[in-house]
Amino acid sequence: MRPARRRALLALTAATAALLTTLTACGGSGADDANGGGGEEEVTLTVLAAASLTDVFTAAQELYAEEHPEVTLEFSFAGSQELVAQVEQGAPADALVTADTATMDGVAELTAAEPLVIARNALTIVTPPDNPAGVDSLDDLADPELRLVLAAPEVPAGRYGRQVLDAQGIDAAPDSEEANVRAVLGKVRLGEADAGLVYVTDATSAGDDVATVAIPEDQNVTAEYPAAALTDAAHPAEAAEFVEWLGSDEARALLGDAGFQAP
Amino acid sequence: MTRRPPLTLVLPALLAVAFLAVPLLGVLADAPWSDLVGRLTEPAVTEALRLSLVVSVLALLFSLLFGVPLAWLLARVDFPGRTAVRCLVLLPMVLPPTVAGVALFQGLGRRGLLGGALESVGVVLPFSTAGAVVAATFVAMPFLVISLEGALAGLEPHYEEAAATMGAGPLRTLRLVTLPMLAPSLAAGAALCWARALGEFGATITFAGNLPGTTQTLPLKVYLLLQDDPTGATAVSLLLVAVAAAVLFALRGRWFRPAR
Repeated sequence: MRPARRRALLALTAATAALLTTLTACGGSGADDANGGGGEEEVTLTVLAAASLTDVFTAAQELYAEEHPEVTLEFSFAGSQELVAQVEQGAPADALVTADTATMDGVAELTAAEPLVIARNALTIVTPPDNPAGVDSLDDLADPELRLVLAAPEVPAGRYGRQVLDAQGIDAAPDSEEANVRAVLGKVRLGEADAGLVYVTDATSAGDDVATVAIPEDQNVTAEYPAAALTDAAHPAEAAEFVEWLGSDEARALLGDAGFQAP
Repeated sequence: MTRRPPLTLVLPALLAVAFLAVPLLGVLADAPWSDLVGRLTEPAVTEALRLSLVVSVLALLFSLLFGVPLAWLLARVDFPGRTAVRCLVLLPMVLPPTVAGVALFQGLGRRGLLGGALESVGVVLPFSTAGAVVAATFVAMPFLVISLEGALAGLEPHYEEAAATMGAGPLRTLRLVTLPMLAPSLAAGAALCWARALGEFGATITFAGNLPGTTQTLPLKVYLLLQDDPTGATAVSLLLVAVAAAVLFALRGRWFRPAR
């Protein structure tokens, strides 16, 4: 009996160890994925990026892979504040791209170099395609009957939105303050909200699913997107290279197609 | 006299305990103890707490109103499609709550199946406190129904039969015999249902949105605080952990008692 029990215990310990190893490997803790001597090292870069970059960065992934076959980009998209909170909590990441300079400044001591502004963005009003509430200017957002959705004041899109409204003296009462700008777009797409304030690029990505009401330039704000490699990066060199690439003409063209303005 | 339990079982069991305990210990360790009262009495937190209590108590009341009859029907009446109904009741327990939120949009949202009908009688659920109650009820009611149905099925039938032979109708029997005998199970089911409603996050933020004072319950507040003020988020988390622990302490093993 005893040898049998010992064998079972051994098997179980081995299984547990294997499971734990798998977990740590999945964690991408930056353990060298070296594939033998010689050729270049395979690297997986973890990039935390603002929610409004979802589409353009996903497109950039392919382009970047063509030029840097040894690098695999992995993105985690969320509201900028949430990303910054993740960085502060020590989430393993190589680079960070936020939707405003204020959030990036908040983690200045954790960025490896001066952040590089890679693009600019502006806000726009979006409505369902048939614009059921007949919104055609910022002033219409003050209507208390209007089902208006904004981003929460904790995230950049929400801060910018309030800046735009306050500057015009518009007293808007949102029906919901979403945790990120993509959720605002979602509520408008579903037709649950009559209007929302999102980035121009979000409206571009939604295509015909939403109608846009442009905000005049003199009433609008400019959001800056800074990118930086992080001091705790597992692959600092590759992270710096990626950030540099984001400032290249090629990346700029891609960002331009998505509706971003050049920095 | 008890034999030493085999190490093969003890080791993984201890790992499981550690795995469950460490995150909670982290909350305890990181909580701003010296400033806890101040943080928990901030107006933004008390507002979310008040809303959470209103929403979870209403969700519990609706669950009792509709869930008790449903549990009785499932346990006592052999109707066609009973298994399908039971699966339907279980579904919200296993669905990701965000999926529940999406489903609520498609069913009860403005452009959902019943949205037009609801709007014509002046009821608009998304972005309203009523919507938060609907979301909480949707995910919490199954806990009441399932635990109550289990208790009903385990009840000795001869008390109810005796009442029936003495001329009591089904409703009278339910009120005078069955429910009093079920009181402990009913209380346990209600407590679980309420705790689940209090902790509801995914369906609420998806379906009801997030607006302080209207739909921003404590779990949503924790989520947004984490972006702005992680210490505040830990303080509010501690409050929710304490509430959940209190509910479980009050129940002390009454949930899913071993079958007799």
